[in-house]
Amino acid sequence: MRIVVDYDLCESNAICMAIAPDVFEVRDDDFLYVLNEAPGEDRRGQMEEAVQRCPKQAIAIEG
Amino acid sequence: MRDSVTIVGASLAGLRAAETLRRDGFGGRISLIGEEPHQPYDRPPLSKQVLAGDWEPERALLTPAEKLEPLGIDLRLGVRATGLDVAARQLEVDGVAEPFDGLLIATGARCRILPGTEGLAGVHTLRTLDDCLAIRAALDAGADRMVVIGAGFIGAEVASVAVGRGASVTLVEALPAPFARLLGREMGAVVADVHVANGVDLRCGVGVSSVVGGPGAMTVAMADGSDVDADLVVVGIGVVPNTGWLEGSGLTLDDGVVCDATCLAGPNVVAAGDVARWTDPRTGESMRVEHWDNAVEQGRHAVRRLLATDEEAEVYAPVPWFWSDQYDRKIQLAGRPHPDDEVRVVDGSTDEHRFAAFYGRRGQLTAVLGMNRPRQVMQGRGLLEQGAGWDDALAVAAGWG
Repeated sequence: MRIVVDYDLCESNAICMAIAPDVFEVRDDDFLYVLNEAPGEDRRGQMEEAVQRCPKQAIAIEG
Repeated sequence: MRDSVTIVGASLAGLRAAETLRRDGFGGRISLIGEEPHQPYDRPPLSKQVLAGDWEPERALLTPAEKLEPLGIDLRLGVRATGLDVAARQLEVDGVAEPFDGLLIATGARCRILPGTEGLAGVHTLRTLDDCLAIRAALDAGADRMVVIGAGFIGAEVASVAVGRGASVTLVEALPAPFARLLGREMGAVVADVHVANGVDLRCGVGVSSVVGGPGAMTVAMADGSDVDADLVVVGIGVVPNTGWLEGSGLTLDDGVVCDATCLAGPNVVAAGDVARWTDPRTGESMRVEHWDNAVEQGRHAVRRLLATDEEAEVYAPVPWFWSDQYDRKIQLAGRPHPDDEVRVVDGSTDEHRFAAFYGRRGQLTAVLGMNRPRQVMQGRGLLEQGAGWDDALAVAAGWG
């Protein structure tokens, strides 16, 4: 499983960070950083939650 | 186990509910009924990117066709639910009765109309894609004097986009300070300052007595005797839940469809999104939330409730959250502040329009407001979910510097 963010869509609302702060981080420069692009398979439910809750649908899961 | 689920309202709450059913493995028929002819689309861009002309409407679709098709949802667009009989388990669509098994009501809300402006050309509201394209077309055609009536978040975003397109904007608010009802006077004044700093002519504490004229030649007369000329007028004075079709259905209606704490509105019927009213188990307050995030969450919760037994049913207890983009500022609010709550800026500076502030009451954290501070708002939202006390919340924020 690989986390892919479309940075043209991302508006740094930080919902994903609230769901998984060890994977997503919005920093003080207002940009989102993906801290872990390949979380373990046991995290799939949580990553799907982040995909669903993103107001811009900027997050995708590949694989 | 239910054989089929019918969802009335093909916008955010309804569509996300349908997708949730499939993702959860529901194999029965899902019927999604929408009044508008368009494929389900997202509304926030209508007062932002689409209005600005940066996006074409297709980009605001909620789910692209290639992802929607495999879900096998029976999408019935351009048709309208006209009645409901809960006891008989009959829904009426365009006047024709049909049975339902389980029903989700997600019919949303419509714009409140400024009395005296019904049907007046040149006066716009903004809720639908067609509304958005009508305002955009006026701006494209050269309208460059806009009056926005109502400094809520829709009005504020429209003002922001119009300024960005080079229009001169007058923003009129009947209350003494914009956003004061939601944010309180002090923080309302900070948001007001952002608009003034961007060149908006902000007029607070004054009502509108009349709007006359037509596109390109309108006059808005104020209660204080002044008037403003405009090419177009946008009215953003709130919304009314769409419950007219439910009169006599057997459901309880009171500024929304009244649900229990699990989103159940009646036997085999749930409601979600702008139209749903329920009692917040955290505070005991009756709530109806018009935010994007709530539509997603409540749609998912309600449709799962429809498939659950009474014993399995869970209460719906979200921390409300929304965002608004105005000029180059992102405003986010988590929680529900009262206008007389204590307010404390815990990070950044209001003068720089970059800060996070806590609201508190009776020793509890009640809300977190941020301007270009998404990380802090989300951490604050976590504190609200935990039911954090005021002092504990301040201690956490002290570590943010």
